[in-house]
Amino acid sequence: MKAFALDHATSAQGAIHALQHGGTVIAGGTNLVDLMKLQIAAPDRVISIRRTELGEMALDGEGLRIGALVTNADCAADMRVREHWPLLAKAILAGASPQLRNRATTGGNLCQRTRCGYFYDTTQACNKRDPGAGCAARSGFNRIHAVLGTSDSCIATYPGDMAVAMLALDAVVLTEGPSGPREIPIAAFHRMPGDDPSRDNVLEAGELITAVRLPAPTGGIQLYRKVRDRASYAFALVSVAVDVTMDQGRIARCALAFGSLGTVPWRDPAVEQVLIGEEPSAALFAKAANVLLKDAKGLGANDFKIPLAARALAATLNEATQAGKA
Amino acid sequence: MRMTLADMYNTPDERNLLDTMKQGIIGKPLDRPEGPLKVTGTATYSAEYKLDGCVEGVLVLADIPQGTVSTIHRDDVVAMPGVLAVLADEAMVRRSTQGTSGKAPAQDVQTVDYFAQPVALVVAETFEQAREAALALKIEYEGAGNPVPFDPESADAEVETPSDSKPVKGGDLEQAMRDAAFAIDVDYDTPGHASAAMEPHATIAEWQDDRLILRGSYQMLAFNVKEIADCLSISPKKVRIIAPYVGGGFGSKLGITHEAVAAAIAAKELGRPVRVVMTRQQVFQTVMRRSETRQRVRLAADAAGKLIGLGHEALVSNLPDEDFAEPVTQATEFLYGGENRLLKVEVARICRMTAGSVRAPGEAVGMQVLEAAMDELAEKAGLDPVELRKRNLPAKVPVEGTPYSSRMLVEALEQGAAQLGWDRRKPSPCQTREGDWWIGMGVASAARVNVMIPAEARVTLNADGTALVETDQTDIGTGTYAILGQIAGEMLGLPISKVRVVLGDTSLPAGAGSGGSFGAISTGSAVMRACEAIRKKLGKKLGCEGDALEITDGMASHGEKQCSLIDLLDGEDMAEIGSIKPGKTFKDFSQASYGAFFAEVGVHAFTGEVRVRRMTGAFGFGRVLNAKTARSQCLGGMVWGIGSALTEELAFDMRDGHLVNHDLAEYHVPVHADVPALDVILLEERDAAASPLQAKGVGELGICGAAGAIANAVYNACGVRVRSFPLTLDKIIPHLPDPFVSPA
Repeated sequence: MKAFALDHATSAQGAIHALQHGGTVIAGGTNLVDLMKLQIAAPDRVISIRRTELGEMALDGEGLRIGALVTNADCAADMRVREHWPLLAKAILAGASPQLRNRATTGGNLCQRTRCGYFYDTTQACNKRDPGAGCAARSGFNRIHAVLGTSDSCIATYPGDMAVAMLALDAVVLTEGPSGPREIPIAAFHRMPGDDPSRDNVLEAGELITAVRLPAPTGGIQLYRKVRDRASYAFALVSVAVDVTMDQGRIARCALAFGSLGTVPWRDPAVEQVLIGEEPSAALFAKAANVLLKDAKGLGANDFKIPLAARALAATLNEATQAGKA
Repeated sequence: MRMTLADMYNTPDERNLLDTMKQGIIGKPLDRPEGPLKVTGTATYSAEYKLDGCVEGVLVLADIPQGTVSTIHRDDVVAMPGVLAVLADEAMVRRSTQGTSGKAPAQDVQTVDYFAQPVALVVAETFEQAREAALALKIEYEGAGNPVPFDPESADAEVETPSDSKPVKGGDLEQAMRDAAFAIDVDYDTPGHASAAMEPHATIAEWQDDRLILRGSYQMLAFNVKEIADCLSISPKKVRIIAPYVGGGFGSKLGITHEAVAAAIAAKELGRPVRVVMTRQQVFQTVMRRSETRQRVRLAADAAGKLIGLGHEALVSNLPDEDFAEPVTQATEFLYGGENRLLKVEVARICRMTAGSVRAPGEAVGMQVLEAAMDELAEKAGLDPVELRKRNLPAKVPVEGTPYSSRMLVEALEQGAAQLGWDRRKPSPCQTREGDWWIGMGVASAARVNVMIPAEARVTLNADGTALVETDQTDIGTGTYAILGQIAGEMLGLPISKVRVVLGDTSLPAGAGSGGSFGAISTGSAVMRACEAIRKKLGKKLGCEGDALEITDGMASHGEKQCSLIDLLDGEDMAEIGSIKPGKTFKDFSQASYGAFFAEVGVHAFTGEVRVRRMTGAFGFGRVLNAKTARSQCLGGMVWGIGSALTEELAFDMRDGHLVNHDLAEYHVPVHADVPALDVILLEERDAAASPLQAKGVGELGICGAAGAIANAVYNACGVRVRSFPLTLDKIIPHLPDPFVSPA
C-alpha cells in the first residue's frame, strides 16, 4: 500500500472541491481499501465523506431519497424501505455480511468494482485495470463472467445486488459536480465496457453521488432471488429482481432486473413486454427468457449462466405471480 | 532421552489402564483450558509477539510459471522509504516442505518451479513500506528450457508410479468384472483443495548469537527444527521453535514453509528480529495444495451384492521430484471385500504449487469417490445402500490377510441410520418434493488409517500435589491441551484443575506433532507412560505395584493403606519422561477408525442449488479422550465434507498454472448458512492394538467419505449423478427433470 494523505470533508461541496483537485473519495472503504492494498488504486489523497450531510434518508415528494452515505445495513433495516420497497431490502440483505453492510454505503455500493479475478491479480492482463493491456479472463477461467453486454476488451460483471434492485425499481442517481447537479436514471448509470472498460459508470471527473431516489412504491410483489455457489457470502452467479403486479390472473405490470448476468445490472424492457397482459405459465416464462438471452454469449466456463438465468427467471416469476394471485 | 526397544508398541496393551483408574475425567466433555484465552484474544499467536527492533518482511512472488531469475532490480527498491534489504538468498526455499521430511525442501529461489513461487524477500521498518517495495520490485527472468505442462491430463505430462506407492493386485479383476451379476465401471474426478487455515503462515525469527528462535505457526515442531536447520546448514540444537497456539493447519503447516526460512535468513543478515506474515493470497498460492484426482472405480458384485472384484485407480499430480502423491486408495485397501483387485495411484508431473498433505490425505478424496460408486452399485443391485455396505465387510484385509484391530462400521451404519430416519428414504430418486426443492438422503462409510508417530512427554508430579505435562506437541485448535491434561489427571488421580499442560516449545521433550490424526494417540500415550512411571514410584513409596495403586483427588490408596500425594512426595517433585514408538501392532493388525455419514439434502428444482438439510455422523475410533473436542473434530470434518461435496475447488488457469481463486471470497469454504445442525454420535470402543490409551485417531475421520454421502443424497433427491466434485449447480442443471412437473 502506498502512503496517502487522509482528509475529512465536512460537506458535499467540500468533497466535490477536493475531488476536483485530485482527491479520491472514500465512504465505507469496503472496496477501495482492498484495491489500495493491492495498489490497483493508489491515491495520494483520500477524502473521507463520512462527516458530510449525505447520510440522511427522507421521503421526497412521492418517493424516498436515500443519502449516498446511508449504510447498506441502515437502508435494509429502514421500515419505509421494508414496507414499500421490500425488493431493495431483500437485495441488500442477500449481499456481503453484516459486518460489511454496516460499513458499506449506498453511493459506494453503486461504484463497487468487479470481482473478476484477473482484475484483482496484478500479474494478469486486464483492460479495466490497465487500459490496453488485454483481457486475460476471456480465454481464462471465466466461470463468473458476463454473458450479456460484453466486448472484446472486457467480460467482467458488475457484482453487486443493491443496484440490481434499484434498477428494477427505476431509481434515480443524484449527483453534484463541476457542471451542477444531475439526475441520472440508474439504467443509464453503469457503463458497458465497449472499448473502454476502465470506466464502470458515467460519473465525470469531480462528480459525487449525493443520493439515490426511489420513485413512488408500485405495490407489487417484490422478490430478489440470488443464485450462488454457497448459501451466503458469495457473489451471485445470476440474480433476479422481480416487481410484479397481477390483475385477474394476468400480469398487469412487471419490472425485471438481473445481476451478474451482464457487464452491468441488466434490464430489458422487451422481456417485460412479453409478460405484460399474459397469464403466467411455464411457456410464457420460457418465452421471456428467450428474449432476455437472445444475444447472450458464453465463453466456456460461464455457458451455464444462460440456462441458469432462464431457470432462475422461471422460478422467481412462478413464485411472484403465484403470490400475486393469492 | 534415547528411545529403547521397550518404547516400541509391539504387543497390544490389554491392561486397559485408563479404565481401571478412579478419577473419572477421561473421556468427559471438559472445556479446553486455553479456551478463554482464545476467545478473549489473549492467547498469543505467532505473529503477535512484540520483539524490540522487529522489522517486517514481505515475500515477492514470481509472475512467471517457470524460468530463472536473471536480474533483481534491488537498487530501485532499496532507495524507497524504510526499506532495509532485498534478499534472494540461496538458502531460501522455493517449495514448502512435505510433512515429516525433516530436511530442507528444494532450495535456491532463483529457479522458478511454479507460478507465484516466492523468489525474494523485501524487509522494511514497517509492513506497509515492505509491501509497497515488494510490489515495486522489478525482476527479470530467463525462460525455461524444458517447460513442464500445467494440466495433469495433458499428453505432455509425464506420468509415474510414485516411489512409495505399491499397487495392490490380487486375482483377476477383469475376469471378475465379466463374471459379475452387477458391475460398475465409473470415472470420477475431485478438484484441488486449499487448507485455508484461519491463521496465515507467519514467523518471527530472532537470533541470539548463533542460536535461532522462531515464533511461528507449525504443526510438527520436532521435524520443523530439523528442516529449518537443514535449510540454514546449522545444527538442529541451535534452533528453538515456540508455537504454543496454532490457528489451524490441516496439513499446510506440517513442514517448514517459505516465510520461516526467509525470516531466519533476513534476521541473521540484519541482526534484528524479522517478522514475515504471508498474505491470505500468498498462503493460497504457495503453501500446499491437495492434488486434484481422476479416479476410476470398478466394482464387481455377485447376485447377492457381495463384491468379487474391486478396482480403484487414481491419477494425481505434483511438481517433478516431489515424493508425495495423494494416497487415494489408502482406505480402499482394507474397507471392503473383493479378492480380485487392482488398486493403484499414478502421479502426473506438472507445473503448479507443491501438492502435499491436506486434511486426511488419501481418504478425504478417495473415500468420497469410492462411496459414491458404492451407491451406484447399490442401485444397480437393487439393494439398500446400508445393506450393501454391511454385506461387504471382510473378516480380514483382502490380499494381505491381516486381521482388524477393531471396526465399528456396522454399529455406525445402524446408529447413524436410526438417527437420520433412514427408513423414510425413498429407494428411487425424484420421489419427494417440498415446494421448489427435491429432497433426498444418502449414506457413506467413513474410514481413516490409524497412525502413530514417535513421541515423548515429561510429566512432573509436583510436591504441592499438582502435575505439569510438558512436550513440544502442538495444539492446532484440536484440543491437545485438554486431552493431555485429562490423561495425566486420570492416571495420577488429580482433578483437571490440578494439571497444567505446556506445549509447543522445542526446549521440551519431542511430541509427535499434529497431523495425520496421530497427535492424540502418540503424545497421549507418551504422557500416559510417564504417568505410569510416576505411579510405579508412588506405589513403591506406598508399598505396592503401580498398577495396584488407586489415586483419587490426590489421595493414594492400596488396600487399607492411604496417603495423600503431597505426603507421599514429601517435598520432592517427581518427574518422568514417557515415550512411545510404533511397533509390531501396526504390522500385525489393520488399524483404522470407522464411521458412517448420513445426509439429507434439498436440490432446487429450477436452479440446481444443493443445500444440506440434516447430516449425521456416527464414529468409532477407540476410546474417546474428550467427548467435546472429539465431537468438534468430527463436526469440522463434516463441514469440510460439505465443502468438498458442494463448493471447494482450486481453480487454476491452464495457460500459466496460476491459481485464480486465491482468496476466501472466491475459494468457497462452507459458511454458517451452508451448515445445518450436525449430529455426531460417538461410539464407545476400546482398541488395545492402536495405543495403550485404547484410542485411535479422530482428527480427520469426519471428512473421510462425508462428501460421498452428500453426492448420494443429491442423486436420491433429483436423479442427477454428478461424477465430478464439487457438485456445483452448473453440473446439475443440464440433467434436472422439468421443474414444473410434480413427482409421479
